[in-house]
Amino acid sequence: MFEAVAFYLFAFLTVVMFSITVFTKQALYALTSLAAGMIFISAFYFILGADFLGAVQIIVYTGAVMALYAFAMMFFDTTRDVKEHTRSPQIVFLLGGMVALLIVIIFAVPIVSENITANYPVAEGVGNSQAVGIVLFTKYLVPFEVAAVMLLVAMVAGIVLAGKKMDHSLTLMEDEEIEFAEKSNEKAVS
Amino acid sequence: MEFYLYLALFSPLVGSLIAGLFGASKKTLFTGLITSALIFTSFVSSFMLLLHILGDGEPVHVEMMTWIATGNLYIPFGFIVDQVSVVMMMVVSLVSTVVHVYSIGYMDHDKSFNRFFSYLSAFVFSMMVLVMSDNFLGLFIGWEGVGLCSWLLIGFWYHKESATWAANEAFIMNRIADLAMLIGIFLVYWNTGSLQYHIAFPAFATLDSSTLLMIGIFLFIGAMGKSAQFPLHTWLADAMEGPTPVSALIHAATMVTAGVYLVVRANPLYDLIPDVGYFIASLGAFVAMFAASMALVNRDMKRIIAYSTLSQLGYMFVAAGLGAYWVALFHLMAHAFFKALLFLGAGNVMHAMDDELDPFKMGGLKKSMKWTWIMMTLASVALAGIWPLAGFFSKDLILEAAFVEHHYVLYTILLVTAFMTAFYSFRLVSLIFHGKERHKEYGFHPHEAYKFVLIAMSPLAILAVVAGFLFKGSYIEMVTTLLPATEYHLHSETTFWIMNIGTQLAVGFSIAFAYMKYENAKIDKKVESGFLYKLLINQYYIPYFYEEYLTKPYRELSSVAWKHVDLKVVDATVDMIANIFYETGEKTHVMQDGNLSTMLRWMVAGTALLLVLAVAFTVGYSVLVG
Amino acid sequence: MEITLSHYLVLSTILFAIGLVGVMRRTNLLMLFFATEILLNAVNIGFAAISRYYGDLTGQMFAFFVIAIAASEVAVGLGLLILWFKRSGGIDLTSMTSMKG
Repeated sequence: MFEAVAFYLFAFLTVVMFSITVFTKQALYALTSLAAGMIFISAFYFILGADFLGAVQIIVYTGAVMALYAFAMMFFDTTRDVKEHTRSPQIVFLLGGMVALLIVIIFAVPIVSENITANYPVAEGVGNSQAVGIVLFTKYLVPFEVAAVMLLVAMVAGIVLAGKKMDHSLTLMEDEEIEFAEKSNEKAVS
Repeated sequence: MEFYLYLALFSPLVGSLIAGLFGASKKTLFTGLITSALIFTSFVSSFMLLLHILGDGEPVHVEMMTWIATGNLYIPFGFIVDQVSVVMMMVVSLVSTVVHVYSIGYMDHDKSFNRFFSYLSAFVFSMMVLVMSDNFLGLFIGWEGVGLCSWLLIGFWYHKESATWAANEAFIMNRIADLAMLIGIFLVYWNTGSLQYHIAFPAFATLDSSTLLMIGIFLFIGAMGKSAQFPLHTWLADAMEGPTPVSALIHAATMVTAGVYLVVRANPLYDLIPDVGYFIASLGAFVAMFAASMALVNRDMKRIIAYSTLSQLGYMFVAAGLGAYWVALFHLMAHAFFKALLFLGAGNVMHAMDDELDPFKMGGLKKSMKWTWIMMTLASVALAGIWPLAGFFSKDLILEAAFVEHHYVLYTILLVTAFMTAFYSFRLVSLIFHGKERHKEYGFHPHEAYKFVLIAMSPLAILAVVAGFLFKGSYIEMVTTLLPATEYHLHSETTFWIMNIGTQLAVGFSIAFAYMKYENAKIDKKVESGFLYKLLINQYYIPYFYEEYLTKPYRELSSVAWKHVDLKVVDATVDMIANIFYETGEKTHVMQDGNLSTMLRWMVAGTALLLVLAVAFTVGYSVLVG
Repeated sequence: MEITLSHYLVLSTILFAIGLVGVMRRTNLLMLFFATEILLNAVNIGFAAISRYYGDLTGQMFAFFVIAIAASEVAVGLGLLILWFKRSGGIDLTSMTSMKG
């Protein structure tokens, strides 16, 4: 009973939050509601017993990703409304609704829905951090390491792309060149 | 003994590969020397094997490795050296050693010297595989290998249009026959479950006669192609476009006799189907006479010898067809010696005469080319079958076999052919070496070939003389342990002597007649305008017939198929498919207006479409299944 | 009133549809990023639910890797976004038409 109440409550909240994200004209509202939606989604993970995933969701999304978006938004003027001229919005809703409807139909068609009922009883204890850790560091060790490298690469790429004068390497430059670069920088500032 | 077997088999391959490495570079003498040395190694090994077989008579049978093993099919790379294959090995390795050494002299000025030796050794390897294999498929590999090398060597001077044409003709004719041969091999496997001789041959006895008939006919068609029997004979005369040592080795001594070897090897099969054997003998007799008649009038030295080869192959098939397999093999061996010698002599003459082939432009060469004259005369005498040279022993045996088996028609044909053989051989010798030195009018300066070339030829000359009376006894003793040992003795001594002396006299008379008629190389206008002469010089109009009634209609058909089927149907279909995509692209590229938003919409639309399909198929499937 | 797997899957579908609408509707690049995050999260719910109802941790692992990919995507994507903003002074999709076919 408690599970059902929690599910419906959080389902309602996520849908509302994400709808705001999609439909609002204020960038700040969108960001805030997205962060809230992420947190509500972590609630589902806790209900499903995936504690570790829930924690990761909060840390990565609400912490890191949202902070990144927030930084990015500082570049843009967020006080103004986001100006968008959407062409033929009916098509958008038609397509979105159709896809949703179709997927639901697929789930609802008897032969499919019969197949996607649980084969096994809900395993107690699955989803705790220890079990996740064991699987992650045994069966999925290589993908895990690859993902780590990918994050590192993405981080470096983000810095290089967003940073200034990343085409200069201070370690490879001669002293005169560094001074010259500094001077030209000062000129540019003044 | 296995060591000798592998040595005999693989040293030509090693030689070929070494020469092949230098194939594209300029003439280097050592490639000729190395290949010759390796072929000689092969010869010595074959000789050791021969001594072994003569000693205790135990065949050497090895399985090098498994080749094909799937399900019930098991074919190893197996090789066998028994009484039959050792004879072939000796012939092949001996003649090829001589030809290799000879070629060092003959190809002296050719810029593709190294390539030539690579091909020639590859041919010897293929031929060794052919004769040594212990199963039909290995034989077929060798069979195709010699075909390939023959193609390469006929078309060796590929810048000559006629050479490439002749090479292709030979290859295509052989392909036609090989198809039949392959069908024969399939039938053997289908009915006996094995392709290895020692399993397949005993199994033949249990098969019904119609199956055996099919196998026998198809295998013989394969043999007909390789041995250039009627109607697949035209390629052999055209194959003379290749260098003369090639003609000597491939188109006289070894490859063309592969068909005879096949029939001899498959003797348990042909023993069971005497009707096919009789057909083979009849065809052989027909070809013997048919080819000899064309040789009578031809004015191309090499073609005359080629027709002679054809005619002698006919003799061999008569013997093989009548069940006298050992006689066929004996004639094969003797023929290899004197015919190779004849060709090599002709090669010397060609060199001396700057590749002139018309003997009417020669004459009187015996002064400047004494040794070549002697050797070619010896070879011709042997070919004519004069006692005591090799040809007498082998050819007269065939005549006797035909007589004893009461095939008097065949006997008569062969006898007449023997006279014709004597006539055309000595017509050639007389035209080339005797009479006035007509070549002076054409400004030739004939010279004798290199010393080492003549020395290289001498073993063949000696064998052409002694092979008959020296080897006959031990040969019969050895070979008949494997082949049916039918003795061919005439019923009475008197008949024997009358026949032999009569034949000898008649042959001698035709030799004398040839000398008399062609000493002065007078061209008889009256004969030349006659119908018979025209028929013969045009090779019975068979090449004309092939060209007019087979090649041309086929070309017409191909042209129709090209213009109406390929262009209008096949090409059009392919073009249409391409055009559909092209036009679809033309029409739909407006979808890509560069706006990411629009593209995303299309993407979602595509997703929706796929989902619709998924639903439709799922529902449809469940409705259908039930 | 038990919550079954289908409940979760339907929820996941609804969130995915919202994301899709956002992807199609938005022309501001930053907002587009938000919409893609919604898409990824919607799928993650599905993974986690299936993992639970099948008693197999693989689903969770997938969700985990999806999160890692999303994080990388944000890092690189925002870098590119800033670069684009510096160059053109705007992040509106309609200004990007260099890929016109």
